[in-house]
Amino acid sequence: MTGQAHAGRPNQLLRNLHSKIASIPMILTAVVIFLGGTLWTVFYSFTNSKLLPRMSFVGLDQYERLWAAPRWLMSIQNLAIYGFFSLIFSLVIGFVLAALMDQKIRFENTFRTIFLYPFALSFIVTGLVWQWVLNPEFGVQSVVRSLGWSSFTFDPLYNQSIVIYGILIAALWQGTGLVMCLMLAGLRGIDEDIWKASRVDGIPMWKTYLFIIIPMMRAVFITTLVIIASGIVRVYDLVVAQTSGGPGIASEVPAKYVYDYMFLAQNLGQGFAASTMMLITVAIIIVPWAYLEFGGRKRG
Amino acid sequence: MADTIPLKGQAAHGASRLAPGPQGRKPRPMFSSRNIMIYGALIFAAAYYLLPLYVMIVTSLKGMPEIRLGNIFSPPVEITFEPWVKAWATACTGLNCDGLSRGFWNSVRITIPSTIMSIAIASINGYALANWRFKGADLFFTILIVGAFIPYQVMIYPIVIVLREMGLYGSLTGLIIVHTIFGMPILTLLFRNYFSSLPEELFKAARIDGAGFWTIYFKIMLPMSLPIFVVAMILQITGIWNDFLFGVVFTRPEYYPMTVQLNNIVNSVQGVKEYNVNMAATILTGAVPLIVYFVSGRLFVRGIAAGAVKG
Amino acid sequence: MKLRLLAAALAATVVLPWSVASATDLEVTHWWTSGGEAAAVAELAKAFDATGNHWVDGAIAGSGGTARPIMISRITGGDPMGATQFNHGRQAEELVEAGLMRDLTDVATRENWKDIVKPSSLLDSCTIEGKIYCAPVNIHSWQWLWLSNAAFKKAGVEVPKNWDEFVAAAPALEKAGIIPLAVGGQPWQSAGAFDVLMVAIAGKDVFNKVFGEKDAEVAAGPDIAKVFKAADDARKMSKGSNVQDWNQATNLVITGKAGGQIMGDWAQGEFQVAGQKAGTDYTCLPGLGVNEIISTGGDAFYFPLLKDEEKSKAQEVLASTLLDPKTQVAFNLKKGSLPVRGDVDLNAANDCMKKGLEILAKGNVIQGTDQLLSADSQKQKEDLFSEFFANPSMTPEDAQKRFTEIIASAD
Repeated sequence: MTGQAHAGRPNQLLRNLHSKIASIPMILTAVVIFLGGTLWTVFYSFTNSKLLPRMSFVGLDQYERLWAAPRWLMSIQNLAIYGFFSLIFSLVIGFVLAALMDQKIRFENTFRTIFLYPFALSFIVTGLVWQWVLNPEFGVQSVVRSLGWSSFTFDPLYNQSIVIYGILIAALWQGTGLVMCLMLAGLRGIDEDIWKASRVDGIPMWKTYLFIIIPMMRAVFITTLVIIASGIVRVYDLVVAQTSGGPGIASEVPAKYVYDYMFLAQNLGQGFAASTMMLITVAIIIVPWAYLEFGGRKRG
Repeated sequence: MADTIPLKGQAAHGASRLAPGPQGRKPRPMFSSRNIMIYGALIFAAAYYLLPLYVMIVTSLKGMPEIRLGNIFSPPVEITFEPWVKAWATACTGLNCDGLSRGFWNSVRITIPSTIMSIAIASINGYALANWRFKGADLFFTILIVGAFIPYQVMIYPIVIVLREMGLYGSLTGLIIVHTIFGMPILTLLFRNYFSSLPEELFKAARIDGAGFWTIYFKIMLPMSLPIFVVAMILQITGIWNDFLFGVVFTRPEYYPMTVQLNNIVNSVQGVKEYNVNMAATILTGAVPLIVYFVSGRLFVRGIAAGAVKG
Repeated sequence: MKLRLLAAALAATVVLPWSVASATDLEVTHWWTSGGEAAAVAELAKAFDATGNHWVDGAIAGSGGTARPIMISRITGGDPMGATQFNHGRQAEELVEAGLMRDLTDVATRENWKDIVKPSSLLDSCTIEGKIYCAPVNIHSWQWLWLSNAAFKKAGVEVPKNWDEFVAAAPALEKAGIIPLAVGGQPWQSAGAFDVLMVAIAGKDVFNKVFGEKDAEVAAGPDIAKVFKAADDARKMSKGSNVQDWNQATNLVITGKAGGQIMGDWAQGEFQVAGQKAGTDYTCLPGLGVNEIISTGGDAFYFPLLKDEEKSKAQEVLASTLLDPKTQVAFNLKKGSLPVRGDVDLNAANDCMKKGLEILAKGNVIQGTDQLLSADSQKQKEDLFSEFFANPSMTPEDAQKRFTEIIASAD
């Protein structure tokens, strides 16, 4: 352990006192906002609070209603599809672009800027632009049709069965640049000797990447995963800007369900029940991993 | 040239090591089939990333009649800057017809202190977690990381209550605190990773010399941490500048950021959607973070390398 | 630490101007941002400014969905605005119960609102435990079918006089490349269209039984099955209207790209802004030309409880300004809605508004669904109907089953 004082004084509280004082904002945020806010939310999910929180308990009613709501089920399904493809494509596209950029290319700065600039734009802006590009009357579809292919159909935002992929296209556009940067940074951290050795052994390049380089980039992948995954769970603005959940309920996502029921339906209990389900899912996946990853582990 | 770089392993040096160019295999002639494939792929990808920007710019320079007739990819026949003027100065929301201009300074006023505050706190967190771990610190950090996954919307209510109890609801200070809170998880992760990648000997030597928590932070850690501060700054400026939800929920109208006007312009449809004004407004709103990226993009990769690679 | 000082200094410089602001500035929040709506709000602001006070406009675009959370957060967060729009009905109920809203009974008795506000159900919706908490400003009725005369001319059929004729004309419209019925993607539009169909096809009594008494048996019965059949027709006719906002859908009708739209009388404001004339350019059919009944929902202003005395006084002034006969006329002409008082002169009203006034005078009115159902039930209904209108594989029978469940658990 790094700065652990060796004094061995009996007073535990005073150990690392400055560090503790300096961490007060973090501790307050973690305990009051994230933990406190979460418990508060869970607590009120067992009530029938409407516009304002109130303590009239109804047991699991809100949860029963939640899991019977077609819109919630659709939201879950969409999040699963979106999450799966978003994760895979972000990592693959990000990594491939980074690998290409790492080939001693010219104009690296230009390419990097091009891939990264969408990240500077908000989801609202991203949603708007892609809504525009994918609009069948003005966008890609009409352009291809005007070129002579008159039966060409590409209207993901107006077709229920593929609308979630329309959102995915925009999300990848916005987010893959950052992933590319992270991956590129990771690749730059790999020792040149590794490459030399694999060349001497005659290992093909793709194999070197897959079996040697990627396992060495564990830390980068973890940071990237946290960033991508937290973005997936929270996806909201993009959907609102691009489709508002439509057509019908075809592109609804859980965060939007929570928001709509809390504020539009003025049914806090229902919104809190939905957010509790989201939190539980996140907790089941993240907490054990996060604790292994960031807790208890000894570092140099 | 990659072969001449001697230092390995330490991220602090790594940062400078990155500058000259990529490592990898030796340079090859320009027109090999391999190069054609690489550049082909990169140019194809670049086209996908640039397409929307192109559409935005082109559309913002067209008049509405032309937009209705033409396709979105054709360059403007007659260039007009009217949509830009309208978006900036005269677009209406309700009765206020002064476009985006009314929100610009508010956005600046929100973004600068929020960025400074959130970075100051997150960097100290990261430093404490990396070098001065106390009992329970990891638990708090884990909660923080899990917190990164909580949708913002869920937290609105509890935060309204907390701010109300503190008497800060509706004030700029309250909004700065909110931005600090939500920037904390990812920033703390980056700073923690960065500080723990710095050579431990430095820290130990300073301890032996009797330097304390703050002395080491200000005299040793800060001067070595420019790259990661740049990354944090870029992430925060982007995030805070682009925020709509917090700006509108936690403040009062005098402080509404530019994104609120953007939302208003884009959503106040007066008969027909004025796509050209929307696009101009979009570009204007995105301009500040875009400039930050163009100016400091190179430092960004360097800093990310330092903050994400080690852990 | 210097940084923190700097932050504090920055914060201080921006807080100052607020505290010296004039006390009679009253911030009013609303979500009226479309062309016709903004013109109408300007009338309110003008009237209020004329009293020596100042209307600070706090418009938030994106319809009530975006605006309401902000309004509610500000009221519960202890930083309320001077006055705020809500849809008339149950949206603000709990804020009143929590003691956050101001009691307007004094102003109302002084100005005799009880006698001047017609129909009286409007004031009833503002009344909680005998006290009045809001000032109604207009009557909005949902039950209108707006038709583009140009579209029917192009299709070579006569402009329909009722819903059935409209359905019969749909194939001709489609052949001419016109979308028969424009329905925007926002969920409240399809849910509202269904309510309109219900009044027109099943009648006033069924409507009141289902939404007023929440009678699930009636909701499952044959009358409502007929309504779902009609909704199925509407769904087929609306295919291809790829727009989100209601006024974009209205714009399809204005430009003749769509044959018609089921929308409340606020659509009228858009026709007006586009310079179209009732009767010659467009046709309106109240109650879809079947059952001439209109609902009397509407907008109302609520006044949060403020500590500042001068602002509280300004609130009173605003409340009485809103119901002033002159303001009522000016505002409602622009907005396309009907005034809340029966004693004003509306000679300037166009054909459609006059039709509305006549129906109102006959007393053929129902309460709006916003008044009858909680926001929660409304939202569930919206979810159902936005899915129904977008998803052709959902049968009317399935939809009716789900509708019955919503009504059974409605409050």
